[in-house]
Amino acid sequence: MASVPARRAVARRRRPGVTGGRLSEGLYVPGRSPVHRLPPHVKLVCLLGFVLGVVATPRDQVWAFGLHAAALAGVVALARLRPALVLRRAVVEAPVVVFAVALPFVAAGERVALPLAPGWAVPVTVAGVLGAVNVLAKATLGVVAAVVLAATTRPTEIVAALSRLRVPATFVAILHFMIVYVEVVVADLRRMRIAREARGFRARHAGHVPVLARSAAALFVRAYERGERVHQAMIARGWTGVLPAATTAGPLAGDAPAAGPGAGAAAWARAAVLPLAAVAVAAASLAAGDATAWRPGA
Amino acid sequence: MHVPDGLLDVPTSVATGLVAAGAVTVALHQVRREIGEATAPRAGLVAAFVFAAQLVSFPVGVGTSGHLLGGALAAALVGPWTAVVCLTVVLSVQALLFADGGLSALGTNVLLVGVVTVAVGWLVARGAAAVLPRRPASAAPAAALGALVSVPAAALGFVGLYTVGGVTDLDPVRLTQVMLGWHLAIGVGEAVITGLTVAAVVATRPDLVRLVPGSRRRLSITAPDGATTEVDATPPDPRERDRRVRAAPAVALAVTLALAGAASGFASTSPDGLEYVAGRLGILSTAEDSVVAGGPLADYSVVGIDDATLATGLAGVAGVAATLALVLLLSRLTAVRWRRFPPVEPSRGDGARA
Repeated sequence: MASVPARRAVARRRRPGVTGGRLSEGLYVPGRSPVHRLPPHVKLVCLLGFVLGVVATPRDQVWAFGLHAAALAGVVALARLRPALVLRRAVVEAPVVVFAVALPFVAAGERVALPLAPGWAVPVTVAGVLGAVNVLAKATLGVVAAVVLAATTRPTEIVAALSRLRVPATFVAILHFMIVYVEVVVADLRRMRIAREARGFRARHAGHVPVLARSAAALFVRAYERGERVHQAMIARGWTGVLPAATTAGPLAGDAPAAGPGAGAAAWARAAVLPLAAVAVAAASLAAGDATAWRPGA
Repeated sequence: MHVPDGLLDVPTSVATGLVAAGAVTVALHQVRREIGEATAPRAGLVAAFVFAAQLVSFPVGVGTSGHLLGGALAAALVGPWTAVVCLTVVLSVQALLFADGGLSALGTNVLLVGVVTVAVGWLVARGAAAVLPRRPASAAPAAALGALVSVPAAALGFVGLYTVGGVTDLDPVRLTQVMLGWHLAIGVGEAVITGLTVAAVVATRPDLVRLVPGSRRRLSITAPDGATTEVDATPPDPRERDRRVRAAPAVALAVTLALAGAASGFASTSPDGLEYVAGRLGILSTAEDSVVAGGPLADYSVVGIDDATLATGLAGVAGVAATLALVLLLSRLTAVRWRRFPPVEPSRGDGARA
């Protein structure tokens, strides 16, 4: 009997980050690969450019998605990320799969019979099938690109990257505080759950919701009061309202050494290969076929 | 609950990103007024709370469970501007640190989950609070109503965006039905959790609930002759008079107008979804144009201007101006004067904390 709650506890603890690591570390996987060593703001901009290139690709050019996937697979290999981690993380797009499977049946347009089994054909729309493939391909490429960013960049580096990209300092400071304290707040939540379960409570049906809501309320009061205490403690230590780490720090010295100031252009040149390739593929596929002129059987 | 990459086309993603960035910029300038001097630590901890609250899975019955979105809850607790910033921080962390939600769809997600749910939740909650009895306990049903409406409102926002920039043509009527039906159910769950949570906070710390009338702390000053006056306990922040701060709404308005004027030139001239359905169902042939069809802005162009792009742009600008005027009028009409309410009295028999 005792092992069952323990297993449940482990399963719940692992859920947020999937890797089971510390929450405030995100999906970060330590390493020294070329992708790890890129300046974080360069990485962020280039992966965003890649995703925009993927999204701009017309849906009927399947070969283009093959090229996008090959390029991204190259980056995953270059970052020395385990494919298992990347694929496991891609599970978050499960709701998209539901949407994609529903598309062929609900999309507007011409209908054809799709033989699923001998003697059993389902009427689907051609636009819907194309749309489903399109949504699945683009969402998967997008998730994998986001995993590459999250797995090769420390959360503190992402904060520094946002700061360098001229995101307002107040926003960066709030984001930094959230990352620093999310572990503490979630630990608060975990202690409350352990306390409830120690008293024999486990939420089973909708009648138990008020208990959980009271826990959430207590969590809010604790988090808010902690914010006030943190603020007072920081004022006592001479805080002026500006986070030094968020405004001046580059990537932390550690297992992913930052490129020096002079290496910026070289880093941009190396990293820009991926988004430029994606944009080139998108442009080529736009030129190769007119997306609006697609007809079944053409 | 997140919109993934690839569901909306590039222009729509970029446009929603710009609108979301504008909204968050305006919100950032209001946060300090809302939660005071300790902006970054407080808002950061509230964002961490929203993140953690989304991890709590609530049993729905028959073995399934749902979780909170948190927009309406955060708005009721800490106020709408702070809620917009906190939800944006949570969505950014989920996208950048946990690869949850697409990079190119971050703007769309911020707009729908961070801005629409908060704005709708707060406005509905305030409207309800104006009708309900003026006591702290009224905050819970008001917040619940706001949460109930906020989720289908975000779903409708998605339907609107999909109609403009969706990559696959869907029957918009059926899409609306499916999205509304599904999200009304989610909204009911959101409303129950939000209402119960706000009720529990009101029971212990009503001064922390923004939606509670009189939750702004007041300072009572007694003069030597016994006359008492009440003033805001929070002193006005001199930085609020910063010219850039005052300019922020004007800049946001200018950007909106520029977008409406310039971007509507790229708008599709093909019939919109509803017209398409009407045409397919044969309604359009019998339907007469509405009474404003001969009006100056009919079919999004300005009568008397021949250049189509210029006319559409002008119509966009005029539309924004009209919307703004309507919103200002509505906000003036529905404004609740919180300051008239008496401050929250400390609960009796609780001398230890007071």
